[in-house]
This record gives sequence, structure tokens and C-alpha cells, in this order.
Amino acid sequence: MIFVTVGAQMPFDRLIAAVDRWARQTSRGEDVFAQVGDHIYRPSHIRYTKQLEPQAFRAKVESADLLVAHAGMGSILTALELGKPILVMPRRGDLKETRNDHQVATAKKLGAFGRVNVAMDEAELLEKLDQLNEISAAQQIGPHASSDLLQAVRSFIFHGKRRGASSLDAGVGLAAADVELGRHVSGGAVLANG
Amino acid sequence: MLKFLKVPSRQRRVLAVASGGGHWVQLLRLMPAFDDCDIAFVTVSDAYRSQISGATRRFHVVPDATRWNKLKLAWMALRLIVILLIERPDVIVSTGAAPGFFALRVGRFFGARTVWIDSIANVEQLSMSGEKIGRHADLWLTQWPHLARPQGPHFAGAVL
Repeated sequence: MIFVTVGAQMPFDRLIAAVDRWARQTSRGEDVFAQVGDHIYRPSHIRYTKQLEPQAFRAKVESADLLVAHAGMGSILTALELGKPILVMPRRGDLKETRNDHQVATAKKLGAFGRVNVAMDEAELLEKLDQLNEISAAQQIGPHASSDLLQAVRSFIFHGKRRGASSLDAGVGLAAADVELGRHVSGGAVLANG
Repeated sequence: MLKFLKVPSRQRRVLAVASGGGHWVQLLRLMPAFDDCDIAFVTVSDAYRSQISGATRRFHVVPDATRWNKLKLAWMALRLIVILLIERPDVIVSTGAAPGFFALRVGRFFGARTVWIDSIANVEQLSMSGEKIGRHADLWLTQWPHLARPQGPHFAGAVL
């Protein structure tokens, strides 16, 4: 099953229309299920629903062979957590599909790191869907953030102090925590290594 | 008072705030950082409640406002003030967007320490709220090393 999702916040008819067209051309609509949001375009060759609750969404990803999605981090992180291949097409700011071109940047960057497969537009999407077997999953990620980030946040929760706070407020413990935090801040894990 | 007796004195009260979609998913990936904390959540949809069951029963929903809708934004801010008065957190942690921005601004006024983790989706530049929150975040983080600056935001790893 190919699961198509536009995320919870806005519709993305350009993506849905492209997949619908592909389904018509290949007669593979039976294999496709889409979450389409508050759409205007009405797909006629694929099954779809407007929204899915978080657990139903995760279940759909789990049972999918491929995720086709906007370049939103909710979709991308879920695919990576479940070890599913994902093909993203970024929303564009100039088409008012989201507030700016941040999805274009996300897609390019995560594509370059081999985390996602990217189609920049509908033509490329159809091209990649025609070569389904070449779309592979990135390495599965664990359920939590990098240990550096967890440690930095945790260390701040227990030992951090307000910025600009007087040194009189800071005990020995706080000073030690800052040293620890500084180590994490300077030596964090880089995404590309993951 | 009873609550005070049950809770070890060093346990931290944490308020974790995120709007929907990717912001919420990123917040969930930080869960181990909140171990042993007295944690409460704020987000924009009741549908997310089931994902944190087990961690806490304290879960608050605020309107899903963006900077484009001022009236809704004001209502959201008001709700956040009430939540902050109820929760009285020691630390507020947010992965964005608008609800986190307001929670940090108001919460810091109430004496909470604040953490902003800019979304990993902001690859080329910080989000607008992520940029503006800088002065009000005691720990101000980006998830991309190339966006880190000496005065903040800092880089300390990513949710990925």
C-alpha cells in the first residue's frame, strides 16, 4: 500500500492531484490511500480521507510499503521511526502552499543526507513513482532525539540558570552544570553522522 | 501541601509546549529528558493526549493560532496565562511554534526558566518565532550546526 499524506495543517492539492493522475495512468489506485486535509481537488482514482488521528496515522504508516508526503517533519520523522521509505514533495511558498520555502530547504538537506527521497515537482514525482522499486528506506532511527540534545535539555532542567542571573544566585552545582552544558553545546552530534 | 509531601524537593516542574504536526512529534522525541520531572503538556489538539498517557495526566489544549490571526492569538495567550498559573513550572520547554513562543514570554515573566529548541524544519534560517524568542530563552537551541552563533542559538544535537 502507498500511503499519501499532506499533514494535519493545510491541504496540498498539487501533491494529491499528481498521485491521482499517476493512479489513473497506471491503474494502481487500489494500492493508494491518501490523507488529503481540507482539499478542493477531488481525487477520483484513489481512496482518501481528510484527517487521521495520531494513532490511526501511525498505523497507516506502519502498514504502508511507501510513504508519499509533503516535506513536513511530522511525516518524515514518523517514516524514519518506522523504517519506511518516504518520497517527499516540498510545499512551495510562492504557491501559498505554506508560509515560505522552508520545506524546499528541508527536502534538499535531508535528501542530501540520504534520509528522504525527494521529488521537487509533480513531473519528478511521477517519474519516481514509475520506478517504485528504486525508492528505498533510510536507516531506521530510534524513538528519541540524539543523546546530546537530550542531555543538554535535561542538564538545563536540573542545573541551568536564567540567562543574566546574578552570579550570587549560582551555587557551585550550577557552575558545574554550565561546564557540562558547554561541553554538549560545543561538541554536539552532527546529523550527517547519524 | 499533600502534593508537596509526595514530591521530592528537587523534582522539577516542567511544562512542555508544542503546536501540532512536526512540532509535537519533535517534542515527543525529547521525552527521556523529562524523566523524574513533574511534567505537564500543552498542545493544540486533544487527539495528541493518548500519546503521552503514562507520562502524566496533565495535558492542556490551547487554540491553534498563528501570527496571521490576532484574535485567536490573544485567546491562546490568555489560555496560556491560566495554564501557567495552574502549573507554575520551574522550566518551560518548547519546540515551537506560536504557543511555545507565548508560553516562554509569559512564563519567564512568572520566573520560569525557558528552553527553545527551534524546529529541525528550519534549515536555512531560524523560524520567525525562533529568532524573536532568543532574548527570552535561557537555553536557545537550533538543530543545525550552521545556524548556531556565539551569542545563540547554540547547537547541541538534533531530534534526529
